[in-house]
Amino acid sequence: MSQLSSADTETPEAAAPEIDEAREAVLADITARLGDGVVGSHIRPGDDLWVRVDRANWVAAAEAAKAMGYRFFDFLSAIDWLPSPFGRDMDSQEDRIVSGTPAKEPEAMVQGYAGGESRFQLLARVYSISAGMGITFKCDLPDDDLSVATWSNVYAGANWHEREAREMFGFTFDGHPNMINLYLPADFVGHPLRKDFPLLARRVRPWPGIVDVEPMPGVADEEGEGE
Amino acid sequence: MTLLLASFAPPYWLSTLIKVLVVSAVVPTTALILGMVFLFKIMSWMQSRLGPQEAGPRGTLQLLADGVKFLQKEDIAPNGADRWVFKVAPLVVLMSTLLLYVALPASMHLVVANLDVGVFFVLAISSLSVIGVLMAGWASASKYSLMGALRAAGQLIAYELPMVLAVIGVVIQAGTMSLNGIVLAQNNGAIFGWGGIGFPYILTQFLGFFIFIAAVQAELTQPPFDMPVAESEIVSGYQVEYTGFRFLIFFLAEFATAFAFAAIAAVMFLGGWAVPWLPTSSDWYYVLGPIVLFAKVMIVAFIIFWVRFTYPRFREDQLQSLAWKVLIPLALVNIVVTAVLKVVL
Amino acid sequence: MTAVSDPQSVAALAAEAVDNRVNLDFETEGMTLNMGPQHPATHGTLRIIARLDGEQVISAEPMCGYMHRGYEKLTEVRTYPQINALINRIDWLGSFANEVPFILAAEKLMGVEAPPRAQWIRTILFEMSRIANISLFLGDFGLQLGGMTAGFYAFRDREWVLNQIESATGGRFHPNFDRIGGLKDDLPKGWIESSHTAMDKLLAFCDELEDLLVGNEIFQARTRGIGVIPAEIALSYGLSGANLRASGVDWDLRRDNCPPGLVYDKADWKVWTHPDGDCFARTWVRLQETREAAKIVKQLLDTIPSGPVMAKVPRIIKVPEGEAYVATENPLGEMGYYVVSKGDLVPFRVKIRSASFNNISIVPWVARGAYVPDLISILGSLYFILGDIDR
Repeated sequence: MSQLSSADTETPEAAAPEIDEAREAVLADITARLGDGVVGSHIRPGDDLWVRVDRANWVAAAEAAKAMGYRFFDFLSAIDWLPSPFGRDMDSQEDRIVSGTPAKEPEAMVQGYAGGESRFQLLARVYSISAGMGITFKCDLPDDDLSVATWSNVYAGANWHEREAREMFGFTFDGHPNMINLYLPADFVGHPLRKDFPLLARRVRPWPGIVDVEPMPGVADEEGEGE
Repeated sequence: MTLLLASFAPPYWLSTLIKVLVVSAVVPTTALILGMVFLFKIMSWMQSRLGPQEAGPRGTLQLLADGVKFLQKEDIAPNGADRWVFKVAPLVVLMSTLLLYVALPASMHLVVANLDVGVFFVLAISSLSVIGVLMAGWASASKYSLMGALRAAGQLIAYELPMVLAVIGVVIQAGTMSLNGIVLAQNNGAIFGWGGIGFPYILTQFLGFFIFIAAVQAELTQPPFDMPVAESEIVSGYQVEYTGFRFLIFFLAEFATAFAFAAIAAVMFLGGWAVPWLPTSSDWYYVLGPIVLFAKVMIVAFIIFWVRFTYPRFREDQLQSLAWKVLIPLALVNIVVTAVLKVVL
Repeated sequence: MTAVSDPQSVAALAAEAVDNRVNLDFETEGMTLNMGPQHPATHGTLRIIARLDGEQVISAEPMCGYMHRGYEKLTEVRTYPQINALINRIDWLGSFANEVPFILAAEKLMGVEAPPRAQWIRTILFEMSRIANISLFLGDFGLQLGGMTAGFYAFRDREWVLNQIESATGGRFHPNFDRIGGLKDDLPKGWIESSHTAMDKLLAFCDELEDLLVGNEIFQARTRGIGVIPAEIALSYGLSGANLRASGVDWDLRRDNCPPGLVYDKADWKVWTHPDGDCFARTWVRLQETREAAKIVKQLLDTIPSGPVMAKVPRIIKVPEGEAYVATENPLGEMGYYVVSKGDLVPFRVKIRSASFNNISIVPWVARGAYVPDLISILGSLYFILGDIDR
């Protein structure tokens, strides 16, 4: 696992040095409320704000956001940053295993905006209707302990989202009132949205490659042929 | 020909046989007619869509096709059902409908049993169907059926009362409980001395007519009172487990009862089988009576089905409060006013 | 809308509200009613396990997943144009509206902007999908409350807008018309005039339905004061769209946070809210929304600029590395896609934020203490599409 991002990956676009004052102020406010809990952040000016908090401050982040007027709960999910062992593209590694060709070198794990340190990252978004802005929270979960406190006491809507995240990624949400499967059958084995969970449809019928690219209207052919 | 009919006096066994055959032929026929005309054609027309087109000329045989389809289906009793009760229940409902037809006069003499307490008889008999509904709901061993049956029981009992009270005004005004007597009283009556159209009681008993029709809607479990068979809540209630001809019997009974109630309303409020310009003693009524009655029934049935196709349904408690808090007090007021006027005028 | 300073108090508030509706002292041994997965009121395969005391609902727990198709996993092995065809099937009544936020997210990551004509047509088709979706809701809600005729009227008049969508895109239900950088095709000849006619028919349908259903006393008795959702609860459950506006929250993503690529600011229209938060308010807001959508379409039809409908984009679409969340005001509420790209043909992760998932998660709260018929009103007026819950 690589750690390409550190705590201070606050890199406004160098080419466009525009400063989003409103979001800077929000970030400053959150940082003031959570102190060291904020371990990373990213602002795309005029568009969005990402804040990465540490696991201990996950609920505190929700409470802070709610106190700041971010009362609309958007969604809660997670990202598995592990590069898919079945290949980045459509050419499934599964087929290589079947046909005996050597597998690709595993790629380095690269986390997205606001950095990250671990494979699993919680992702949640809240929105302030009065400010017209949203905050996307991220939180690293260490591989050996995929548990975090529940948001459902702060945002009631997180209830179902956490149930979904639990069955899809295998997290545990401490204090959740009704931790049962939402979508999957009770006896389902595995966590489907993890990157190492194979998509069986692709095993049964391998990806045929890109065959059906239609030319875009008004675009000459210089853009190249299929890969 | 009419004289021939009038002088036709068959022996008792033959007349009984004829009556049985006529009633058992009339009940499905009326159900078919109402189903065809209202459920298929007028409903399609009101909802701006096409009704059945293919079976027979202009789709007129569609109901027969549907009936045959029902007869072809397997008669399934659910696992865990009380089989005998389950199977008998539709017949109990149908029996109540058949008995309704016994007292309906199609003319002075075209009546199976010309009862002196005809009004009392039809109202009493009509509430028998609730027994069949409860049997169906309980015996189906389904929660939806049970809820539907309980709703039906509560509803049928609640609306029995306004129905009876609404009719009492007519009975007071006519001074008789015989259905034929009510017809005669209307057609031989006069409005302030003018006897041009007789005296159909809808003119004075309009409130009673309204309450009666509302109660009929509820007795028939039609919208806006169709909670017992609400398909979006309890999946057609007590009918949910029935298939094939037993379901068909429920269907037949519902429409035949609609026809019977429309006929009762026509008799009590619209002058029944008589037309004003032909004296009620005329022999022409052997032929004309059923036709006139049928025409009036279709008018009343149109109102019933018009409401059915237009309104959403009440909630159970709203239905009860409508019956107990609105319809029954109104009916009581109607009785008092009628009685006072009867004495004063 | 009262501000709740202590975050914990939402849960307490909710618990108190539901306890007031259910008389716990007289709770008897109830009955468990299993509504669905095949039940007429769940239009689709939602299953609701309701514990009843007589006809009163003690608890109602929706069970989803009977139509879970795993779109979030499937998007990880499909190219962006293919995903476009896939996500058509999320909210299948307003399919085109599903495509737009995803395409906009991809465009944002690529830095592409659709030409003005494409933006206009996109907005028009978006609103047409809204009409196609909500007009069916209006009829279907009537159907669930027993007013059969409204349902047939809705199906009849919905044809007008479906025909327009079909003649423009070739697909009645699943257009798959949006492309990164524009649209697949330009509009057919005579489409603008026929769209005007269709919108007039739809406006007439709204009037007719208001007479027939929304103004009906029985309908109002069945919906007024039923399933009241306070604004604070609605926000914390993430209710969006008409459900939120019916609780008095004046928020519409089309007006307040319209992503670039849609031209709602070019039309004069209104966001309707209702203070009551009950089933009637939700229906009423949707009725007004349909009217506004028709008005938006009519205005935009007259001002479509000329020009190409497709920007210059590579034939093989590789989206640069980055993350973006784009949400639009879909017929059912806020629909957004959180797209994580690693610069490949396929996205690395797509989180689909569908409106019905949040909207229906409030059912256990709002159904408690209601009667079974009210449960139908509540489910109907919250208005969910199964594909939008299960994805």
